[in-house]
Amino acid sequence: MKRIYAREDLCLGCRLCEIHCLVAHSKSRRIISAMTREKGQITPRCKVEESGQVTFALQCRHCEHARCLEACMTGAITRDPATGVVLHNADKCVGCWMCLMSCPVGAIQRGREGHVASKCDLCQGEAAPVCVANCPNEALLFEDREERKK
Amino acid sequence: MDDAQTIPDDQWRPDRHQKSQRDEKDQSGCAICGLLNEDGSLVDGGLIIRAIANMHDRSNGLGGGFAAYGIYPQWKSWYAFHLMFDHDAARRQTESYLETVFQVAHQEAIPTAHLEVIRQRPILVRYFLLPKEELRARHYDLTDDDIVMMNVMHINKTIDGAFVFSSGRNMGCFKGVGYPEDIGRFYRLDEYQAHLWTAHGRFPTNTTGWWGGAHPFGILDWAVVHNGEVSSYGKNRSYLANFGYQCTMHTDTEVIGYLFDLLVRKHHLPIEMACQAVAPPLWSRIEQMPPAERQLLQTLRIIYGGALLNGPFSIVVSHAGGLIGLNDRIKLRPMVAARRGASLYVASEEAALRLMCPSPDLIWRPAGGVPVIGRLQSQPQEVSVA
Amino acid sequence: MRKWLVEPDFILTRDPDRCINCQVCVRQCANDVHVHDEEADLVQSDSEKCVGCHRCAALCPTQAISIEKASLEFRPNGNWTADRIRAVYKQAEGGGILLSGMGNDQTLPVLWDHMVLNASQVTNPSIDPLREPMELVTYLGRKPDRLELNRDANGKVSLATELAPQLRLETPIMFSAMSYGSISYNASFSLARAAQAAGTFANTGEGGLHKDFRPYAKNLIVQVASGRFGVDPDYLNVAAAVEIKIGQGAKPGIGGHLPAEKVDAQVSATRMIPERTDALSPAPHHDIYSIEDLRQLIYGIKEATQYTKPVCVKISAVHNVAAIASGAVRAGADIVAIDGFRGGTGAAPTVIRDNVGIPIELALAAVDARLRDEGIRHQASIVAAGSFRSSADVIKAIALGADAVYIGTAALVAMGCHLCQKCYTGKCNWGIATQDPMLTKRLNADVATRRLSNLLRGWSLEIKEMLGGMGINAIESLRGNREHLRGIALSDRDLNILGIKAAGE
Ligand code: SF4
Ligand code: SF4
Ligand code: SF4
Ligand code: SF4
Repeated sequence: MKRIYAREDLCLGCRLCEIHCLVAHSKSRRIISAMTREKGQITPRCKVEESGQVTFALQCRHCEHARCLEACMTGAITRDPATGVVLHNADKCVGCWMCLMSCPVGAIQRGREGHVASKCDLCQGEAAPVCVANCPNEALLFEDREERKK
Repeated sequence: MDDAQTIPDDQWRPDRHQKSQRDEKDQSGCAICGLLNEDGSLVDGGLIIRAIANMHDRSNGLGGGFAAYGIYPQWKSWYAFHLMFDHDAARRQTESYLETVFQVAHQEAIPTAHLEVIRQRPILVRYFLLPKEELRARHYDLTDDDIVMMNVMHINKTIDGAFVFSSGRNMGCFKGVGYPEDIGRFYRLDEYQAHLWTAHGRFPTNTTGWWGGAHPFGILDWAVVHNGEVSSYGKNRSYLANFGYQCTMHTDTEVIGYLFDLLVRKHHLPIEMACQAVAPPLWSRIEQMPPAERQLLQTLRIIYGGALLNGPFSIVVSHAGGLIGLNDRIKLRPMVAARRGASLYVASEEAALRLMCPSPDLIWRPAGGVPVIGRLQSQPQEVSVA
Repeated sequence: MRKWLVEPDFILTRDPDRCINCQVCVRQCANDVHVHDEEADLVQSDSEKCVGCHRCAALCPTQAISIEKASLEFRPNGNWTADRIRAVYKQAEGGGILLSGMGNDQTLPVLWDHMVLNASQVTNPSIDPLREPMELVTYLGRKPDRLELNRDANGKVSLATELAPQLRLETPIMFSAMSYGSISYNASFSLARAAQAAGTFANTGEGGLHKDFRPYAKNLIVQVASGRFGVDPDYLNVAAAVEIKIGQGAKPGIGGHLPAEKVDAQVSATRMIPERTDALSPAPHHDIYSIEDLRQLIYGIKEATQYTKPVCVKISAVHNVAAIASGAVRAGADIVAIDGFRGGTGAAPTVIRDNVGIPIELALAAVDARLRDEGIRHQASIVAAGSFRSSADVIKAIALGADAVYIGTAALVAMGCHLCQKCYTGKCNWGIATQDPMLTKRLNADVATRRLSNLLRGWSLEIKEMLGGMGINAIESLRGNREHLRGIALSDRDLNILGIKAAGE
């Protein structure tokens, strides 16, 4: 499946990916409203990790063996059988943080939207994830590497 | 000489005052045709006049001309200079110059007929010349051809009102302002016998009918009739300057003549290859050729980039050895060709071609950049001139 | 002491209605203009440090930033303009030579803008490049006067001429000398890759050849400059051609200076100089004090490369450029590159950049005419350089007589350069003229290669369109074809030197 890959050698640490992610998951979906009126109520699913000169954006890997999915006791985390995308349903989430603890890459966060977890959904409905589309240096790639290996 | 030609020119020769308005480059649409008897048999000018007259609508009465080969057998080793003078002073100045550098075997007015429609005639005289011994000695590194060309350029450039429009051996150009069929009758071309004829009817868009601007363009035994425009003129001219050619004639046709002179006479390229230099195959086609050929054409094109003739053209280039018909690489101007026996014909239009050659063995439409080459196989018949 | 007489060049304002406080600008400006005030939770700016590179504005997701020229007006004075006054302040402050990056920015007339091209009407059909072949292929190198043929007993001909080595360009545009060191690894790498993709050449400048770029050497011209950085037999032999740099348009008559800060481990290895030392190239080549010395170096290089590479000599356009170019051709140069006074640089004394040398338009015309007068124009190739801003400038240069052009500034702009002229600070916010790893990674080499290739493609398509309009289907027919140029609002003298007629003639 198509996944997001970060190129830390090219990441500027500008955090535009975070910002656009946040906007995409806001109610208004307008950048100024999302970043002002809705501030503090939305979680960017994409997070820029920073250590010294190295920065890169991290999101859910949509693992083949998704530990979060296995750990979730309410069934809030499911895999879309058609696309393979690992999705989180906030309505079923009880905020037990099991997923958060089991995720090997730390891609799941406590959401600001309520007492629920928050994770990347690869921008369902968009042509490409907004973090990828808005990265000014093409430091995020959205591609199917398994396909490529074949 | 015709008395009328000595009238002070100012009254009726507006051109003299408009020399500055002559463009360096000529733009014109035209009719061209040519015929060659490869066996050297002779034919009078009547046929070619009828052929060019058949394409009357392709010219607008501002220029016509002919080249004829084999016409001066009794002077055949002498350079036949055809000169036009605007006035007697130019003639006197030129003649005194000619006498200093050339031996003059013979000189005479070029015979003409009295034709109402041919107006504003310059003084037309021909001379049969060879460089003087002292000149040959001074220019020991030059051939007679080189010396002649140098002097043609010198006269055309420096003597105001004098113009050498033909300078080959045993051949001559005849041209002027008017429809070509009238020019042909004016020069009484039916009285000349030649094995090779070319003709031109002109439709200039930007010159003030100057006699020298009509075609053919002649230098040494090269004569060029040209339909089209040389868009690469500026390039060709500056390229030729490297080899000492000075463009003085205010017509882009001039560069075609000089290029063939450079490629064939000076650089000894076979005619086919000279044609490939002026209308080379596309690089993409060269790439696909077998290695030896590819390398040859690549090298030819690299060296002779400045010789590439660009723009729409069909030309007939004639010379002592024969005739070449050629189109630009993408054939933007018309030309058809035919053969019958030892005769080769080319023309802008098929009607004119069929007029010259009613039952051809072969008639074809040469592709862009593919030359039609006729070669004189035997020496022309000897007959006395009219 | 505070530099209180040094006034800001720009004033930066932030629209409070648009700013979302995201701090992208803070993270992008290497000049530390923007700061985030934690307490107020507000982004603020110190305009004084702004160089006007637009990096922050380009990345600001809400277009909240506007940058204007500081409107601190002096009493109007046509002589003592604000720039001149401020230069004196700066110099009084520091006492040194004022430096600049990029090319001459003075408002001297750009003659390209006074020349117009021809097109066909009626007498000559224009050619549609979408339907008909249109050839831009260009060969650079020494050409013999004529083709020599062997004729066998049957009269069959074969090639006798052995052509001197040539560079084949698919389009008559090359990337001019920009050294690794003055520009970043990614920038150099992108130029090399784009040149290869487009079938043309990039010039390494005097910075040597990074080992990673060797796979692209077939599309690289390597430079031998007065500092001889990175030059060894291998360097000469892997390249497509060798260029001897005598001068550079931005700073004729002086050498180069790469500050120690830019000489990191990689640059040091490539230049073959110690790390963190200034790389100083002397003003002249100390083995070239005359034209016969140049000949020795040319033939030295030809010997070292077994006569398999064309040798180019690059000179800056100075007053007697025509004679110098002719001397270079006679000394054995296969290609002469002429760099006009608008040519760019990583660092040059401003006073030299803005006052020394002549425009490429006039230099090119003079050289072409001179070589033609001497009957040697067809023997060597001329490459023009010194600020080609568009395909129109390129095609006009070709009509004036250039075989090809070098583009430098345009290539940098394609990669993102905003002509802030601060290349010499090493803090290029666009990741081009810097070696700071935080900044160099801003230039994604894949993106830059793509953008450079696009630029070459776009310009080439435009050149084809213009050629077709003139009724010409091979670039060699436009080369030196000044018939297709006309001048507008030029003096007779200028027209004369350019060898073109006035519009309307
Ligand atoms: S937008 Fe791109 S460059 Fe900026 S932080 Fe995200 S991944 Fe890095
Ligand atoms: S220097 Fe460049 S990035 Fe910094 S504030 Fe000025 S324009 Fe923005
Ligand atoms: S990048 Fe734009 S929106 Fe973000 S803090 Fe700077 S000015 Fe404000
Ligand atoms: S290369 Fe960088 S520093 Fe130099 S002018 Fe361009 S943007 Fe400014």
